[in-house]
Amino acid sequence: MADLKLTDVEKAYGEVKVLSDINLDIQQGELIVFVGPSGCGKSTLLRMIAGLEKITGGTLEIDGMVVNDIPPAQRGIAMVFQSYALYPHMTVRDNMAFALKIAKKTKAEIDAAVNKAADILQLGPYLDRLPKALSGGQRQRVAIGRSIVRDPKVYLFDEPLSNLDAALRVATRIEIAKLKESMPESTMVYVTHDQVEAMTLATRIVVLAGGGIAQVGTPLELYDRPNGEFVAQFIGSPAMNLLPGEVVETGAQTRVKLDGGGVATVQIPTTDADKGLKVNLGVRPEDLIASDDEDYLYQGEVDLIEALGELTVLYFKPDAPDANPVLAKLAGTHADLRGKTVKLKADPAKLHLFHNKVSLLYR
Amino acid sequence: MTPVLQGLLTIIIGVGGCVGYFYASNIILDKVIFPAKGPQTGRNINRANKVRPWLFLFPAMFALGLYLVYPVVGSFYRSLFNRAGDEFIGLGNYANLFAEEAFRTAVFNNLLWVLVVPAMATFLGLLVAQLTDRMAWGNIAKSLIFMPMAISFVGASLIWKFVYSANPDIGIINSIRDSMGLSPVDPLQIPFWNNFFLMFILVWIQTGFAMVILSAALRGIPEETIEAAIIDGANPFEVFFQIKVPQIMGTIVVVWTTITILVLKVFDIVYTMTGGNFDTEILPSYMMSFMFRDDGRATAVAFVIMLLVLPVMIWNIRQARKEMR
Repeated sequence: MADLKLTDVEKAYGEVKVLSDINLDIQQGELIVFVGPSGCGKSTLLRMIAGLEKITGGTLEIDGMVVNDIPPAQRGIAMVFQSYALYPHMTVRDNMAFALKIAKKTKAEIDAAVNKAADILQLGPYLDRLPKALSGGQRQRVAIGRSIVRDPKVYLFDEPLSNLDAALRVATRIEIAKLKESMPESTMVYVTHDQVEAMTLATRIVVLAGGGIAQVGTPLELYDRPNGEFVAQFIGSPAMNLLPGEVVETGAQTRVKLDGGGVATVQIPTTDADKGLKVNLGVRPEDLIASDDEDYLYQGEVDLIEALGELTVLYFKPDAPDANPVLAKLAGTHADLRGKTVKLKADPAKLHLFHNKVSLLYR
Repeated sequence: MTPVLQGLLTIIIGVGGCVGYFYASNIILDKVIFPAKGPQTGRNINRANKVRPWLFLFPAMFALGLYLVYPVVGSFYRSLFNRAGDEFIGLGNYANLFAEEAFRTAVFNNLLWVLVVPAMATFLGLLVAQLTDRMAWGNIAKSLIFMPMAISFVGASLIWKFVYSANPDIGIINSIRDSMGLSPVDPLQIPFWNNFFLMFILVWIQTGFAMVILSAALRGIPEETIEAAIIDGANPFEVFFQIKVPQIMGTIVVVWTTITILVLKVFDIVYTMTGGNFDTEILPSYMMSFMFRDDGRATAVAFVIMLLVLPVMIWNIRQARKEMR
């Protein structure tokens, strides 16, 4: 149960820097999620916190103490691995008791801790089974139980749900959310590449990209006010559309003329100096609505339709063959739109403006 | 006829014979014994299909019977006869064996070998496998340790004859003693301990085998279980003995029993080093000393060895099968 503070943390393998300038202040009781594309170093960062990877620069503090050179076991952390990492030759009970046995706790203490964790995770009936006799979800619960037993200051989760099938993943995700709720004092760091997990579980999300932190914020902050094109497109699915254009009117609201012929009014203030600025207008597929107004934001021919029942995803024919198609997510079923030209508009409050990949909100 | 032609002919006859056997036997089964016609067509087809696997199994079973089962039975039969083979003496050879001091020594020594050599070779192999794992020059060390595997037992014995030589200019043991001002000894003549000097040769050879297999097994342990143990606070020894070793226990047992079986068969080392003198006799070399002189006695020893190997063998096969699953 502690704060976690990373100051200028970096990781280099020889000459190659994979992570740099990582500054993070994690408060006690927070559930922080690291997300990012594969290879962004999110697992490496977690393993550095765990002590499985050496920190090559900067400092890591747990509970106000610098732990850079302290071995993993003494950092007060517990880790749940993607592959569960259960000891295959030990029963569920022994798996959970292992850390306490190593720590030379008394049998009574061990039994009490194991039984408590088993109760929380409903593992009681399986305590004397070997891991191979458990399902994937049960194994992951044992792995979580192994952490709980140690009563750590910080819980670390390394993609804990990736090896589960879709239905189980949702169920286990909810279990983890409940577990967090039942232990409001504990700090958790959670790595995932699944943004649904990130959005639903996180107190704050840390988006990692290109060896650094792209943005830190609550899930909805990242969704509503991304600081750049990367975060804007990474959070939300399908990804945000980016439409190139030019600022034509400035002020409390900004008017943008788009290269595709459309126009848009955006609720982002700009100054006179911004007139003529080349920008990318960002609009999420779910914020687009079909319209017959003169003032449309985008118009195009529907190339492909994905009818999902409660909503329909429209793929518009791109202007250039290699350009990303514009996507729109409309409520209800619109199977008849294929091949037709559709005009779209959006609520001015839901539009984003980027210049040089940086949001105009964060200049 | 040139050897090449002979070889070709053998191949043609052998392969052709196999094909001919399978073809003809199936034809006979389907057309003559259980023809698929007449009032009992269905029953005949079912019966033919029940017999068919045995047609295919027959050659292998015949060959194994001829070269494995018959020798066992034949040996046992021969062991019930006297030296010349013309007088049935029941278990007389066995009774004589157990009455003989040399045989009891051989059994005792063999027991020592079976206890010490597999244990030492497996332990050292495991140690080397662990220590050289993920080390820059680990592979060089491993190839050096594996090299004795490529030497024949007789060749190895010759090398060690030099090591154990009583001449301080040749043998390293006596060279060391000499440098300390001690008089030379012949290690192979020190009673009881000379057994261990001989065993060490086989350990030296077999450590490489154990190391290679166990090294592969160690690599197969999921890395995360080790990391989890480190986070759980286990020190390197606890990781090794409580996490790694239990996970490769099956492989350790297979290596152990494989070496045990080998130990019960190796006669070369004792035969070349001491000829069984100075109380170093073990069963296989003891058997060799009777071969062609008293076949009744020799086959009786062979049978005793087989009875000793059998349980280990069965256990070994069971473990190996478990590993494969």
